[in-house]
Parts: sequence; structure tokens; C-alpha cells
Amino acid sequence: MYSVRIHGRGGQGVVTAAELLSVAAHAGGRYAQAFPSFGSERTGAPVMAFCRVDDRPIRLREPVLTPDALVVQDPTLLRAPGVFTGLAPDGSVVVNAAVARERLPLPPAVAALDREHLVVLPATALALSHIGRPVPNVALLGALAALTGLVPFEAMAAAIRERFPGKVAEGNVAAAHAAFDLVRQALPAGAGRERSDD
Amino acid sequence: MTEQIEGSKAVARAVAACRPRVVCAYPISPQTHIVESLSTLVRTGVLPGCEFVNVESEFAAMSVAIGASATGARAYTATASQGLLFMAEALFNAAGLGLPIVMTVANRALGAPINIWNDHSDAMSQRDSGWIQLYAESNQAATDLHVQAFRLAEEMSLPVMVCMDGFVLTHACEPVEVPTVEQVGGYLPAFVPRQRLDPDAPVTIGAMVGPEAFTEVRYLAHRTHLDALSRIPALGEEFARGFGRPGMSLLAPYQADAETVVVALGSILGTLKDTVDGLCADGVSVGVLGLTAYRPFPGAALCAALRGARRVVVLDRALAPGVGGVVAADVDTALRGTRTPRYDVVAGLGGRPVTRASLDAMLRAAARDALDPVTFLDLDTDLLAGAAGHG
Repeated sequence: MYSVRIHGRGGQGVVTAAELLSVAAHAGGRYAQAFPSFGSERTGAPVMAFCRVDDRPIRLREPVLTPDALVVQDPTLLRAPGVFTGLAPDGSVVVNAAVARERLPLPPAVAALDREHLVVLPATALALSHIGRPVPNVALLGALAALTGLVPFEAMAAAIRERFPGKVAEGNVAAAHAAFDLVRQALPAGAGRERSDD
Repeated sequence: MTEQIEGSKAVARAVAACRPRVVCAYPISPQTHIVESLSTLVRTGVLPGCEFVNVESEFAAMSVAIGASATGARAYTATASQGLLFMAEALFNAAGLGLPIVMTVANRALGAPINIWNDHSDAMSQRDSGWIQLYAESNQAATDLHVQAFRLAEEMSLPVMVCMDGFVLTHACEPVEVPTVEQVGGYLPAFVPRQRLDPDAPVTIGAMVGPEAFTEVRYLAHRTHLDALSRIPALGEEFARGFGRPGMSLLAPYQADAETVVVALGSILGTLKDTVDGLCADGVSVGVLGLTAYRPFPGAALCAALRGARRVVVLDRALAPGVGGVVAADVDTALRGTRTPRYDVVAGLGGRPVTRASLDAMLRAAARDALDPVTFLDLDTDLLAGAAGHG
């Protein structure tokens, strides 16, 4: 079982990101489950969503407590309580921020992660240039796919095209692709394979 | 072919495949995605010949469904929480009139305090309304139960509630094989009402019944429910033959020939099964007995299934204040005359996540008979002490 927790704010497509990831995993013949942790839906409020991927049917329905990968869609959440709680020792972290990792308020254990486990990228800027809207979710999924190898890029692109209409889909695919390339180029050769806790 | 799809959307498509003539819609979280999806299916012609009625309240939703069903139309609606309470008067009428309405309840807590999250308080509060209540463990089960619910309802001339956990299932995206119109057509015949309101052949239904016959009317309602106990598994088997996957049954046992057996219903069964696997690997003998049918209550089948158990834990997702769990009381009735110790665990109220770790610890304590008769899982004693301090 591989589990992902996505933190963001209402309006940033957190729930959509978890669903897209699950659709891409399902298309690859794996079992997947995506679900949100809802408060009352308000734009700007902290939101979490979860995705599990496994080779057998998933029965567990508790929130993802020990994620193999964390996605933080908004840098203002880095100091929020609980964001990094339970991160697996060999876990991966993707952060949306326009500054270098050294300048982010990361907890020491996360700041110490190597570049195969922590990636910081300007996903909002990528979204603005490719989609025209500051919605970083899909670019971050591209980065997650590159970092962890959880789903192939083409499966992610297919999930995006299934979800959004024509031009919006192509903009999102382009944003995801740009993020995917950015992360792949920064990784050492052979990195980017899925890591799991079992 | 399975699709990775949100539970609400899968349920809406299964309902559409059952070709209801009337869908009454009034939004309330976490049910809203279901009627939203149905409105799209009606508007785009995927569900033809259906009147989608935007009503002004849940009371109206059930009242319109009653009127539609009484004229011989297959009728559907969905609600949750306070919305179900607002229907209460009409719910009893639908059951008493024998109208085979199918309704999804996207289970949610009841206020006050207001809480939009999942537990079973809403459906449990209407357990004696005369509706059949079926509980879904997964979105595949929820989807399939709707198809079977229409068949069961129309065969028994009784309304059926399909209960699915709000957010946990309604908003979860997981693989579901959605029944097609063709498949459903082979399982669910056209609705032939037992009686029908028709201006050309006027009849009265639901006329006043006095003391001379009211007991007999209620006795017949009871007997119809008992008859449903045999029809539920039979229709489940027929579903399995037609659709190639399991149909409904009264009970869903999992490693249930264990020393300690947990009785539970709804989506918590999945987490319980994972927990039990871990416990069995550690040599702790624990099994699960899922309840699919809660009304009618399969007391005899439950009692037989629990015959070998040394102790029974009932995991309730609702609270009867002053009593404890709700289902626990039904299990006690079923176990009458046996000496099996029974523990009552109230868990996951108002959306509190029920974790594998908490279940594991609770079940290990139960296996040592070190559990209180009524336990509130994960009760935050610091929070209680703080509340006491603020008197």
C-alpha cells in the first residue's frame, strides 16, 4: 500500500488532485481510493485529501495517518499543525513554493531530506503560465509522479483529459508536464521509483 | 468494467439505470452530489421519462415521492441528517401505505450541536418507521444495493432506505462496476403497483383504521418485514447470478468463527477487517459479523452466526443517550437466552475517524474481557476535564 496526503486550501483543487491520482492509478490496473477530509467547504480554509494505491482491493477507510508522500499545495501551510505528522521515514515531500527549500520553514526532519525525497517547485507560477489560473494542484501531481514513480505521466495526462474539457485539459497537462520535467531533470539517474512502507 | 468514480456519482447512475419516473431533490450535505448527478442525467437524456422535481423541503420530497408512488410511478429521493428528521411524519406514511419508494440516506450526525459529518444517528432515529434499512460497506455495495432495493421494495410493497456513510463513501473515489440499463432490465421488472390512484378508477388508500383493526394492520406490517428476511438473501443470490458479483445478504461474516466477534454495519467494516487480519496474525482470535439488513433485524440468523462466539462486541455508530449503542440493544434481543457476554462500543460519532490503532487496542482489551460494558472509543478525557472546569 502506498498512501499520499495532500494539504492545501479550499479552491486549490486538493480533492480533485487526490481523485486524479486515483484515476491514474486505476487506469494502470491498480486499486486506488481517494477521499477528502472535509470541513465546511470554504474558499481558503485548510483542506486535506487522501489517496491510497495498492495491488489488492483497499478496505481501510481511516484518514492517511502515515503517508508515504505528502503534497503541500500552499507554502503558508508549512507551519500549520499536523501537516508533516506521520510522514514515513523514507517518505517523499512535494511543496509548492517560489523560493528555495533553504528559505522555507520546514521541520528539521523534512529539511534534511535529500533531493530524491523533497522537491520544492513554483507550481502556482507553472499553473498561471499554462492554465492562466493560480491552481497548483495538477502541476504538483506532475512533480509527485516524477519524484515517486507512483503513476506514469501518460496515465496522469489521460486522467486530466478525462476530467477537464479541451483547452483546460491541455493547459493542465502542459503544467503537469512542465513540473514533471523540472523534477526529472533534477533527479539523479535511476531515481523516481515508487517507494512503499510495506 | 470497473470505473474509478465518486460514490455519489456511481449511486446516481445505478438509480438512473433503474429508470425511476420521479426523482425528488432537496440538497443537504453529504447527499447533494447524488441528486446533482441525477439532475444532469435527467437533463442530458441519459435518464429519459423521468420527472426531476425540485421540492421546497425534505418533507415535500417525501410527500411528492408518496404521491408519485401511489399513482404507480417508480419514485426515488435522497437525504441525510436533519433532512431525514424533517421527513419523519411522511416516512411513517410511506411505510404504512406500502409504497415502494427507494431513498438513499447519506448517513450524517444529528444536531444540536450542528455537525455535518458521518455517523448513523439519522437512519437509526427512523429505525421503527417501517422502512427496510440496508447498509453499504463500500461504494460497490452501495451502488448494487440500490438496484436490489427497488426490486425488494416493489416485491414487498415496502419502502427501502439504502444507508451509505456520508463523506466516507459518498465522497470517496474508488473502483465501482456501475450496473447498466440492460443488466438492470434483466433483474428489475417494470413496476406493477398493488394498488394505484387513478382518476378513472377511483380508490381510497390510507383511510382511517380504528381500534378494531389497527393492531391487525400493524401485525401485517410486522409480518411483511419478517417475510423480507427470506427475500433479501434470495434476491441477493439472483443479483449475483445476473451481475457476476455478490448480491445482498442479511449478514456479512468475515473470519466470524472466532472467540471474539464484532458486530458492525456500514463502511467501518473495511477497517475492521484489516484490523482483524492484524490481530489474527498475532494469535488473537477476533472476527467480524457485518449487518447488511438492519430493518428487518435478522435476529435468528445473527444468533446462529454468533453461537460459537465467547464474547460479542457491538460497534455502534450512533448513541441512545441513557442506554448506549442502538444496534447493541437489538443484538441483546437476538441473543436472549444465551450467556454470551456482550460489550457495547460507541465509535465514530460526528465524523471522528475510527482508526485501525484504536480498534486494535479495543479488541485486544475485549479479548481479555477487560472492556467496560459501554465504551466510548477514543473518548478525549482531557477535553472532558476542560469542559468540567468551565462548568
